Amino acid sequence: MAKITLSNLAHAYRPNPQSRSDFALKQMDHVWDDGGAYALLGPSGCGKTTLLNIISGLLIPSQGKVLFGEVDVTRLPTEQRNIAQVFQFPVVYDTMTVYDNLAFPLRNRGTEAHLVDARVRDIARMLGMTDVLGKKAQGLTADAKQKISLGRGMVREDVSAILFDEPLTVIDPHMKWELRTQLKALHREFGHTMIYVTHDQTEALTFADKVVVMYDGEVVQMGTPADLFERPAHTFVGYFIGSPGMNVLPAKVDGSVAYLEGCQIPLARHYSGLEAAKTVEIGCRPEFLTLTDGPDGLPVQVRRVEDVGRLKIVRADFFGREVNIIAPEGASIGDRLNRVVFDPSRINVYADSWIVEGKAA
Amino acid sequence: MEKTFNNKAWFMVLPVVLLVAFSAVLPLMTVVNYSVQDTFGNNQFFWAGLQWFEEVLTSERLHDALIRQFIFSGVILAIQIPLGIAVSLCIPKRGVWSSFCLVLMALPLLIPWNVVGTIWQIFGRVDIGLLGATMAALGIDYNYTQNAAHAWITIVVMDVWHWTSLVALLCFAGLQSIPDAYYQAAKIDGASRWKIFRYIELPKMNRVLLIAVLLRFMDSFMIYTEPFVVTGGGPGNSTTLLSIDLVKMALGQFDLGPAAAFSIIYFLIILLLSWVFYTVMTNYGKGEGR
Repeated sequence: MAKITLSNLAHAYRPNPQSRSDFALKQMDHVWDDGGAYALLGPSGCGKTTLLNIISGLLIPSQGKVLFGEVDVTRLPTEQRNIAQVFQFPVVYDTMTVYDNLAFPLRNRGTEAHLVDARVRDIARMLGMTDVLGKKAQGLTADAKQKISLGRGMVREDVSAILFDEPLTVIDPHMKWELRTQLKALHREFGHTMIYVTHDQTEALTFADKVVVMYDGEVVQMGTPADLFERPAHTFVGYFIGSPGMNVLPAKVDGSVAYLEGCQIPLARHYSGLEAAKTVEIGCRPEFLTLTDGPDGLPVQVRRVEDVGRLKIVRADFFGREVNIIAPEGASIGDRLNRVVFDPSRINVYADSWIVEGKAA
Repeated sequence: MEKTFNNKAWFMVLPVVLLVAFSAVLPLMTVVNYSVQDTFGNNQFFWAGLQWFEEVLTSERLHDALIRQFIFSGVILAIQIPLGIAVSLCIPKRGVWSSFCLVLMALPLLIPWNVVGTIWQIFGRVDIGLLGATMAALGIDYNYTQNAAHAWITIVVMDVWHWTSLVALLCFAGLQSIPDAYYQAAKIDGASRWKIFRYIELPKMNRVLLIAVLLRFMDSFMIYTEPFVVTGGGPGNSTTLLSIDLVKMALGQFDLGPAAAFSIIYFLIILLLSWVFYTVMTNYGKGEGR
């Protein structure tokens, strides 16, 4: 096990990258702690698989270094990196039994038979597969095959890291939850460094201690699920995390007041020096907006109410922009509610899409 | 479950039934007809019962042809299947060279049987053939018209030249369908090249290998044109395979009865062996292990 250091790392698929947009993965410096559970979260094409392949050794980065502990592994082939990886689709050795599948990575490395046996039985117990150990892998369901893949990733105790590339894509929803819980349990029990790639925010937020949000080849934020929710570092994080995402509205911010379409919103902190930014926006999560019948707040027009059970999502219109508001389950949304109030302490200010830390007012 | 009965549906099947009847069942029944009758010409037939079958089954000549046929098909499968797999593993996975190899390999498959026979017949001739003359110049006493072993080697090599590509192309198609993740996973699991072949490539090729084995078995078991053109079944009877013998009997000697009985037995052998191959290969790797 080891911490993973990405030093000055960047990757371009084309040779001689010139401009910033040539890079599929823009320059980054990160240290990932030993034993941490990380999720790489981002939309398709944001570079998360590229990053994973660089860590696993399937790709050699155009620049920079990857270190496992203190060892530079940038140019080491996959098999010498001592990592495990679980792929999007189940990879099992069809003609082998479940037992042999799980034992395969250990046997290939010449582990003694009694150690193999103990370890395989341990993993099978964790995965709930003890009773199918003697079965051929071929006849099993996709769920079970993916469990074998997970098990093969987990079976070696001495790996530097375990990488998961959207491992639950083919799994039924109810099994997803169960497998994720098992992964979590395995992480607690064995303490491997785990890196989990996904585009599903629920998966990322429930699995990881630290979520790494990627957008357009860049790590836009690395933080705990609470950080991502409360203080998205980039408007993209605001949009991407949360359902619905954060409301982001263009505004003019002066001191501790934001001006939108001639209306004023008080802010909890004091902002200055925003004149240089091309765009200034304020962001506030739908959870922190309240519909009222005035006289405070911004004028809005309710377009639609979606009742999703334990809460209501109100889609409202503010000078042609959609604003989402989350109202509690029992709230009645009447015609008279035509104003929206922002919780000042929950408003973030963004200059050119990046968060601005104000001074305490 | 409720089933809907509609007897008109049978009319839909009728064209197929007619087609199969005229193309397969009726000719086969004619053969059955011949196999149980005898004739002395003038289109007069007499009931002969199972006489021809008894004669054919006890005939030494046919036993020998059958043994030769089994040896031939066995040798063909033993060479072409492993060789085809080996060749397919060497073909580049993508790019221009991949297409080039595929086209090159498809060429022998496009040549008509009797042309292949003629090519090798001339190729092997000691007086004018490139192979024969070269062997002679090297001082090797090679003559497929007089030496049975040489005749055998010639037709086996010819068949390998003609048909290994088919096995290789089928296997290549099988290999192409293996997702990259399998190879990556094998790397991460620390599998050796042999283990990748044994546990990933071979099992994934199982289906296409079944097709390759069946095609090559049936084809080699029924082979007629090429050896006939090259050796005419000789020297002596050494390369007289089943179908060559059958044609000799039916058209050379005009023994319709025994030839018909022979055909039916021949057909049943192919059917039986194909079934055995199919069953064994589809059940391989299934079920409980350990």
